[in-house]
Amino acid sequence: MSSIPISLLELEDDASSCLVADDYQKKEGKWCAGCGDFGALNAVKRLLAKEQLKPEKMAFVSGIGCSSRFPHYVNAYGFHGIHGRALPIATGVKLARPDLDVFVVMGDGDCTSIGAGHWIHATRYNTNMTVLLLDNNIYGLTKNQTSPTTPQGYTSNTSPKGSVLPALDPLQATLGVSNASFVAQTADWVPAHLYATLQAAFDHKGFSFVRILQRCPKFTPDVFTENVKNPDLTELLVHEEGVNAPGLDKLFKAMREHDPKNIDEARALAQRKDLLRLGIFFKDSNLPVYDEIRAVPPVSPEEKVQRLEKEFDRYAV
Amino acid sequence: MNKSTTIDAAVHAVREHTVEIITNSGEGAQKCAQIFGQTCAKMGNGVWTVEIIPAEIEPPHHTVTSTSGNIIRFGTEKITNWGDQSKLAIAFNDQVCLSRHRLNSFDDNCIILQESAWAESEDEVIRKMYAEAMEEMSSKNYRFIQVPIEEETLKVVDNPQHGKNMFALGLLAEIYNRDLAIIEKQIAHIFQKKSAKVTELNVQLVKNGMQWARDNLDFRFNVETIPAEEKRVVMNGNQAAALGAVAAGMEMCSMYPITPATSVSHELAAIIENYGGIVHQAEDEIAAAGVALGASYGGKVALTVTSGPGMALKTEFLGLAIMTEIPLVVLDVQRGGPSTGLPTKVEQSDLLSSIYGQHGDAPRVVIAPRSIEECFHSMVTARRIAETFRCVVIVLTDANLATGVQQFTRPEFDIRWQQEPVDFSPVPEGLRPYDWDPETGLSRRIIPGTPGGAHTVTGLAHDELSNVSYEPESNERGCKMRSRKLAVFQSTLMPPDVTGDQEGDLLVVGWGSTQGAIEEAVDRARKEGHKVSTCQLTFMSPLEPGLKEIFSRFKKVMTVEINYSDTVGDPYITEETRRYGQLAWLLRAHTLVDIDCWTSCPGQPLRPNDIYNSIIAKSEKGASK
Repeated sequence: MSSIPISLLELEDDASSCLVADDYQKKEGKWCAGCGDFGALNAVKRLLAKEQLKPEKMAFVSGIGCSSRFPHYVNAYGFHGIHGRALPIATGVKLARPDLDVFVVMGDGDCTSIGAGHWIHATRYNTNMTVLLLDNNIYGLTKNQTSPTTPQGYTSNTSPKGSVLPALDPLQATLGVSNASFVAQTADWVPAHLYATLQAAFDHKGFSFVRILQRCPKFTPDVFTENVKNPDLTELLVHEEGVNAPGLDKLFKAMREHDPKNIDEARALAQRKDLLRLGIFFKDSNLPVYDEIRAVPPVSPEEKVQRLEKEFDRYAV
Repeated sequence: MNKSTTIDAAVHAVREHTVEIITNSGEGAQKCAQIFGQTCAKMGNGVWTVEIIPAEIEPPHHTVTSTSGNIIRFGTEKITNWGDQSKLAIAFNDQVCLSRHRLNSFDDNCIILQESAWAESEDEVIRKMYAEAMEEMSSKNYRFIQVPIEEETLKVVDNPQHGKNMFALGLLAEIYNRDLAIIEKQIAHIFQKKSAKVTELNVQLVKNGMQWARDNLDFRFNVETIPAEEKRVVMNGNQAAALGAVAAGMEMCSMYPITPATSVSHELAAIIENYGGIVHQAEDEIAAAGVALGASYGGKVALTVTSGPGMALKTEFLGLAIMTEIPLVVLDVQRGGPSTGLPTKVEQSDLLSSIYGQHGDAPRVVIAPRSIEECFHSMVTARRIAETFRCVVIVLTDANLATGVQQFTRPEFDIRWQQEPVDFSPVPEGLRPYDWDPETGLSRRIIPGTPGGAHTVTGLAHDELSNVSYEPESNERGCKMRSRKLAVFQSTLMPPDVTGDQEGDLLVVGWGSTQGAIEEAVDRARKEGHKVSTCQLTFMSPLEPGLKEIFSRFKKVMTVEINYSDTVGDPYITEETRRYGQLAWLLRAHTLVDIDCWTSCPGQPLRPNDIYNSIIAKSEKGASK
C-alpha cells in the first residue's frame, strides 16, 4: 500500500489528465463588462473542474438571450436553441442519453415568459439536469424591455412609466409545481454561495432549479444595489442538507436554519419579501425522476426484427 | 331460430360491393366493420375500409350529427380506395341514415337494413322524425328492409348498445356468405382481455344475425374470393406508419395528442418499449418537437407525430433542426384546415406549408405515401434520408390513409432499415462540425459523447466550426450547402411512372392518398377510349426528376387534389386571379407548364366517379382546343 514508486506513477498520470477551471473555457465570453453571466460561467467552470467532467460527456442547452450564449463559452457539447425552448431540447437529450450530464442555461425572459409552459412541465417531469435561471430582471439582448421578473415600477423601453405589474417570483412558481425536487436561489455578487449552490444542484438527482440573481450593467445595474451594499438585507438559509460555503457567516448576520425537506416553510419563505433569501428552499431526493422511470433496456437490431415478426402476426391475413 | 322458416334467396354474383354500417357514435360500428373487413381480407378479397367519425366522442344520439360508422369496399381484385356509392347499408336509426343520404353516399338502388323500432316508437317526436326522414329519402329508389335489431339483440344481452353491432355483423356474414370460423376467431381476439363469456355472447349474436337473415332476406351477394399466394397483412395507415417507425429503429416518438394523428402514438405506446424506445407525451406541440430534436441531437433519429395545427406550432423548431442539420422525422397526418378546420376529415392542404412554411430558406424533404403500404415503408425511407442528409423529413399522410384499412404484402424486414450504432470514435484532428463537402453539402455529424468533438450547435448563422458568423460569405455558403443536399438527394430519385400511354391528350397528376381513386377513374376513362394517363407523385420536395419532359408528351396536364382551388367564372375569378390547387402551384412553378387542376375539399376522400367526370370534362375541353 505504501509503495512509493507506484503511487507516484499514478499521481503523475492523474496530474496529466487533470483539468482545471480554465480548461473548460472554450471562447472568451462576449458579454458586457460587469455582466453577471461571467460570474455564473466562472462558478460553472469551477464546478466542472471539481467534478473532473469530460467535455464530451456534457451537454449545455440554452435558449435565446444574452445568457443563452453560455454554451458557446464552455468546453463541452452545446445546443444553443430557440427562445424559450431550452427545456424540451434538454429533456430530449437526457432521455436519449442518460449518460450525459445535462445543464440548462436560461434567462428570465426565456424561462419565465416565452418558455413558462415548458418550465412548469419540466419541473414536474423532474428530469435529471442542472438548470440555471440567469435572472437579471430584464430583456438585455433585445435592448431593455420589461420581463416578468422586472420589479414593479421599474422603467424600461416597453414600460417607460414603470412596470405595471408585480414581478413574477420564479421560486414561488417552481415551488408550486407538483414533483418539484430542488429549488434554490443564489446571487452573482456572492461567488462562494453561487459556487456552493451549483455544486448542491449538480449533486442532486433530478431537476435542480437554481435562480441566480444578477444585474445587467446596461439596463438593471441598480436592481440589487441595496442588497449588495448592505448584507444585512439578505438572509442565508442554512442547514446541514443545504448550501454551506465557508466564510459566509462572517459576511451575513442573518442566517436561518431551514430544513430543505419542509415544503410548507419553503413556500412561506419564498413568499415573504422582508429580506432577500439565498440558499436551498426545497430539496427532495425521493421523487420520481423522469429519465429513470422512462428508461427501457436496449434491444438489438436482430431482436427487434424477431419481435416485429410477431407484431405483424397480429395483422396477418 | 327455426330453420324451416328459411326463405329462398337469390344469389347475385358481383365483382365488388360497398357496404356501410351507420350508427350513433358509441354503438360499436367500428368493431363490426373491423371484423367484417378482416374477415373479407382473410378470405381473399381486396378490401378498403373508411371510418365515418364525428369530431365529438359521443354526441347526442339519434341525430344527423351523431353519425358514426364505417364503409367497407371489398372485391375480388385489389381495392385501392373507398369507391363510389354504397350498395348496402345497415342503419341503427333513421337520422344517421338520413345524414348519409344527404351526403349522397348511397347508390340509388341501395338496400338499407334499418332498425325497425323507430317507426312505432312510443315517442311521438321520434315517430315524426322517422316519418320525415323516410319522406326525404323517398326521392331515391332505396329498398328499405326493417330489421328488429334491438329486439333481437335483447334476446342475448341486457344492454343492446353493446351487442347490436354483432347482430349486424351476423346479417352481413349471411348476406355475403362469410366464414363464421374466421369471424369467431376475430371476436375472440378482440375480446381476449375480457371473460370468455363476452366472446361467447358476441358469437351468439352473430349467429342470431345470420339466422335472422336466413329467415327473412331474399337476396345474397357473392363476391368471389381468391386466396392470396403471398403473405399479407391488413391494417390502417396510422398503424402502418407506427410499425414503420419501429422497423426503422426509431426509439423516440415525442408527440402531443391531435386528431387524426394520435392513433399512431397509441400503436407505438403499446409496443415501442419492447424495442428499446419510448413515446413521450409532451406538454404541447412545440415541446413535442423540441424533445424529439433533443433526442435526435443525442444520437437517436426521433419522430414527432402531428397534424396541421401542430405543424404550425412546430414551425420554429423545424427551422432549428434544418439550421443545425440535426435529422428529424415529422409525420403530418393532414386534416381539413385552416385553423381547427375539419379535425377528423381528410384534406391535402399542408403540401405548400410543409415545403415552404418556414421563415428563411429552409430546405427539407417531403414524402407523401400513396397507400397504406407506403405509410409503412416511407417511415423507413424517411429515417434513412434524415440521417444520411442530416435533414428534416416530413411524411405527409392524411385522414384517408390514417383510418383507411387495406391489406398489403407482408414486409420482409431488413436489419439495415434500422439506424446503425452511433459512431463514437474520436473525432480526427481537423474535422469540423460542419465539414461540408463543397460538392454535396454533406458532412459527418458529431454526436455528443464523441471525444474531441465538443462544439455548440446553434440556430444562428454559423460557419464550418459551428461558430456564430454574420459574415456575408459564410451565410451564403451555409444556405448553399443546406440546399445542395436536396439536389444531391434528388439525383438519387427516378422519374415517376406514367400509368397508361406514355403520351396522349390528358395527364392527370396526383399525390399521396388519392392514387387509388385517380387510377380507377383514369382506367375507366381509358377503357372508354379517352387518351388519358396518370402519374402519382410521392416525393414532393425535392420533386422527382423528369417531370417537365413527361408533361410535354401530353396536350394537357391537370392535377387532382383534395384541397381548395378557385373556379374560373366565379365572381372575380379569372385566369389571372385564380388560385390553384397546391400541387398545381408547385408544378407550375417547377416546370413552367400551364397546368390545370381539379380539386375538391368536401372533407371526404375523392370518389372515382367524380374524378372520372372531371377527366371527361377536361379532356373534352382539351380536345376542342
